[in-house]
Amino acid sequence: MRDAITQPQPAETGFAAEALAAKPISHWKLAWWRLRRDKVTLVAAVLLVLIILAALLAPVISPHDPNLASYNGNIVNRIAPIGAPEHLLGTDEQGRDMLSRLLWGGRMTLLAGVLPVFVASVLGSLLGITAGFIGGRLNMLLMRFNDMFYAFPFILLAIAISGALGPGLNNTLIALSLVFTPPIARVAESVTTSVRSMDFVESARASGSGDLAIIRYHIVSNVVGPIIVYASTLVGVSIIAAAGLSFLGLGVSPPSAEWGIMLNTLRQSIYIDPWVPALPGMMIFLTSMSFNLVSDGMRDALDVRL
Amino acid sequence: MWSYAARRVLFVIPTLFGVSIIMFFLLFVAPGDPLVTLLPPDAGAEKKAELAKKMGLDKPIIVQYGVWLQNAVQGDLGRSIQRGTPVFSEVMGALKNTVLLAAVAALLSITAGAVLGTIAAFNQGRWVDKLASAIAITGLSLPNYWVAILLIILFSVTLQWLPAQGMNTIGGSGSGVVDVMRHMVIPVVALMMISVGIITRMMRASVLEVLNQEYVTALRAKGLMPFNVMLHVVKNAAPPVITVVGLDFGYLVGGSILVEAVVNWPGAGGLLNLAIQQRDIMVIQGTVLILASSFVFLNLIVDIFNTIIDPRIRRT
Repeated sequence: MRDAITQPQPAETGFAAEALAAKPISHWKLAWWRLRRDKVTLVAAVLLVLIILAALLAPVISPHDPNLASYNGNIVNRIAPIGAPEHLLGTDEQGRDMLSRLLWGGRMTLLAGVLPVFVASVLGSLLGITAGFIGGRLNMLLMRFNDMFYAFPFILLAIAISGALGPGLNNTLIALSLVFTPPIARVAESVTTSVRSMDFVESARASGSGDLAIIRYHIVSNVVGPIIVYASTLVGVSIIAAAGLSFLGLGVSPPSAEWGIMLNTLRQSIYIDPWVPALPGMMIFLTSMSFNLVSDGMRDALDVRL
Repeated sequence: MWSYAARRVLFVIPTLFGVSIIMFFLLFVAPGDPLVTLLPPDAGAEKKAELAKKMGLDKPIIVQYGVWLQNAVQGDLGRSIQRGTPVFSEVMGALKNTVLLAAVAALLSITAGAVLGTIAAFNQGRWVDKLASAIAITGLSLPNYWVAILLIILFSVTLQWLPAQGMNTIGGSGSGVVDVMRHMVIPVVALMMISVGIITRMMRASVLEVLNQEYVTALRAKGLMPFNVMLHVVKNAAPPVITVVGLDFGYLVGGSILVEAVVNWPGAGGLLNLAIQQRDIMVIQGTVLILASSFVFLNLIVDIFNTIIDPRIRRT
């Protein structure tokens, strides 16, 4: 149907013409083909890979110890501008090397932003598929329970939970995972409910498949696409929220490097050097933007309507 | 119309119950004994016993919830652990400053987003469309607390045009309104970013959907001026966007917590931020409860307003 319109022309693709004629291109192959021609998404993906690699390789590539402070002199002397000798991106209010702290901080921010979305995807899918597949009253009950969380702006709920649990990376992770689970459960539930009554599920049942087999082979394979796309739209938001919680002092505790808390502690130094304090925020923005662009590209490529 | 509105109003009750249940349990997810958490460190045994009695800690949890809810409905959200002041009046006092910020930001970002989205949709695929999409995704990716810091760096530190902190100039003279407006510029612009992104995208998608309908072709075929065609289209594209506006206002209030922390705005966000630093869980609970409840009512108003301008919604 809609694939017919977007099906690649043989001349433009690397696919052999006879392969096209022989059988339809698989969904994932077609998605990959669309993704490859989307330059903006590719650039964002490369940037994202670089950011992730930089974070992963921080112990190897960071030029200085991120927590090595110099207590020489007053704060004005401790802050070095961008491009200072020895310190490519300057030093912070305690004389610590900014480049090293940004590299190490990326590990924390990425972890705090990505892991909750992953946890929420798994939990939400389990909840949504169970509710949608069983249907009836249980579905109704689970989804109404789910709806309670929709009454909150998500960042407010995350701050409330995180504030009640107290500061710490683990609590940030818990708060964000809890906040992102309900919307994912809703997506999983709506896809499951619509797939459950389709003909191929009926025929699988008629040919003797049990519930678990149907869920495993028919439901999950249909839920995965929309969940991946939806979850990917959340990662950009999650990065901003995770850094935001840590900006409020709810995330990792000092002296650990994390972009949100770096932004907070450097905030007082804007009168001494305005540009060094802007760096952690720049990283949050670039990371979130790359995730958002890649997510948009993926949605277009997979042709998912949410 | 009225039956829809009545059903929608009734639906608020379970939602508010949900909100209150989640907020009630906030006290129990806090690590440690609630009596220790909820009282100042120097509170004596007498105070502890008094609070335990008031909260009904010796009774089953459902009774405790009932007692708590009864007090909450009557405007008793407990007292601040740090200051001993009633939480309800503190939050209400701060809330109006937050609403002021969020309302101005909402108004400006809805206007900007609706205009950008409409222009983008009418020029689908051209450079204007691409520019609008680029603005939208940039807005969505900007951490508002960072934008506030950047604006302070640019307009307060470097250019010295705008005040960086607070709502009023301390010891300032002259007219108060202009002074407050000058203080509002930085937080409002910072808050607007995400909102402009969301509304632009929604509006673009919604207008595109309407543009693909046959009656638009008919309008054009009968020779209606392009501007009048646009009026028809925008009117029909508005309802889904208006629904988002309600949600959007909630995000603005939520996001305002971070921005208020940056500019020391004396609003609910500032209050919440202080409560987090002081681990004042009563204030956290009360602030979030009131903010979330107002969010529920706001969405109610938006939904009812939507049925007035778009009768199709009533039948679903």
